[in-house]
Amino acid sequence: MDGYAGLGIMFVLAFAFPVFPLIVAPLLQPRQPTREKRIPYECGVDTIGKTQVRFHIGYFMYALVFLLFDVETVFLYPWAVKYSQLGLFALCEMLVFVGILAIGLWYAWKKGALTWK
Amino acid sequence: MHNGILYLAGQGLKDMMLPIIGSELIVNLIMTLICIVIIFLLVAVSALVFTYGERRICALIQVRIGPNRVGPQGLLQSTADMLKLLTKEDIIPVGIDRWMWVLSPILIFIPSAMIYALFPFDDGVIFADVNIGLFLLLAISSQSVLPFLMGGYASNSKYSMLGGMRTVAQMLAYEVPMVISLLGIVMITGSLKMSAIVEAQSNVWFIFLQPLAFLIYMTTALVESNRPPFNIVEGESEIIAGPFTEYTGMRWALFFLAEFANLLSIGILTSVLFLGGWQGPDFLPTQLWFWIKAFFMVIVYQWIGWTFPRLRIDTMLNFGWKVLLPLALINLLLTGIGIYVVNAL
Repeated sequence: MDGYAGLGIMFVLAFAFPVFPLIVAPLLQPRQPTREKRIPYECGVDTIGKTQVRFHIGYFMYALVFLLFDVETVFLYPWAVKYSQLGLFALCEMLVFVGILAIGLWYAWKKGALTWK
Repeated sequence: MHNGILYLAGQGLKDMMLPIIGSELIVNLIMTLICIVIIFLLVAVSALVFTYGERRICALIQVRIGPNRVGPQGLLQSTADMLKLLTKEDIIPVGIDRWMWVLSPILIFIPSAMIYALFPFDDGVIFADVNIGLFLLLAISSQSVLPFLMGGYASNSKYSMLGGMRTVAQMLAYEVPMVISLLGIVMITGSLKMSAIVEAQSNVWFIFLQPLAFLIYMTTALVESNRPPFNIVEGESEIIAGPFTEYTGMRWALFFLAEFANLLSIGILTSVLFLGGWQGPDFLPTQLWFWIKAFFMVIVYQWIGWTFPRLRIDTMLNFGWKVLLPLALINLLLTGIGIYVVNAL
């Protein structure tokens, strides 16, 4: 468990490290906010409409395909660790699993889920 | 028995402290803190060195001169830039989502720095040699997407929003080929431990056993760290600076720091996974081999970045799904059959 404890300490310190310059910097900075300065930068033109819009449906489709493949790769990792000890069984398993993955990819491809519009 | 310079130095320090302090637990804690400080310094210094190096190298490639005014050969340019950023006014734009906007540059540093905990720097020198090393490494590095999306969403600027959305889209398209391409290495090594992966390359480097995976990994690594030619997230000519358009001064510098930390980390990771890490012929110390390989890969990545024009977002995303993913699956099949045949012989 040594490694994980170290990672935990590191996580906390990695959070604290960037906070430090953010505390120091305001002491050295000028501070004269004006209305024009604080307007979002959009080529000098006043911003029109709402910015924080909902995500387009295309993202949802994309994310679904990604989720499927990512979950499958999570399953592939333990299999890959034990691969050379399992012999022919692992090879057949791989052909079946990658076959299903390939069919899924082919289906998503034909459905147009992989094409960015 | 380990015999790298760094390992011996660490052991020496430990042996020196043990009689003075007495408790082994406290000594271990102090060593952990020292390692963390070294890693953070490495990240910060690499950003300073690489901002200068990057500008000089890109100037060399594009037949320009680059920074040469501040200090000898412009060496102090990045220090001057850093001081300038420290004293710049922190502009907080109107209409932002305050918490998300403030947290984004802080959170971006965590994955970029924590990934260094899993790099085997030398024989026996690795901050956390956990048994799911490579898997954890991929998990941590993919977290860097979230701060980008947070910053993009919170900034109340359409450029930032587009940049945040693009980050997610490119991560979705390139994460899967990257993860599948590295499966071949795990299959050959039979372990996810980073130290085991390096030791498995003592006879032959994985670049020779997994050339296809190497090319796929190089491409996806460039994407993951937003390097050109894949820097659509911050494509200057299209969306100003992507998610960090609205950030100024120190907050912007933190994004910058993370970006250069990522550049060094993909260089180190490529050399660890494919070029044998710290291993090399005996005439040079192992520690030197490690940095030679890592910096060589960093320069290769910069070379690629400054040679090719930026890709368009749709071509790039389609390339990830329709070319790299099938190639990664083919690499997986070939590796599986190859290992089976070698074992059967």
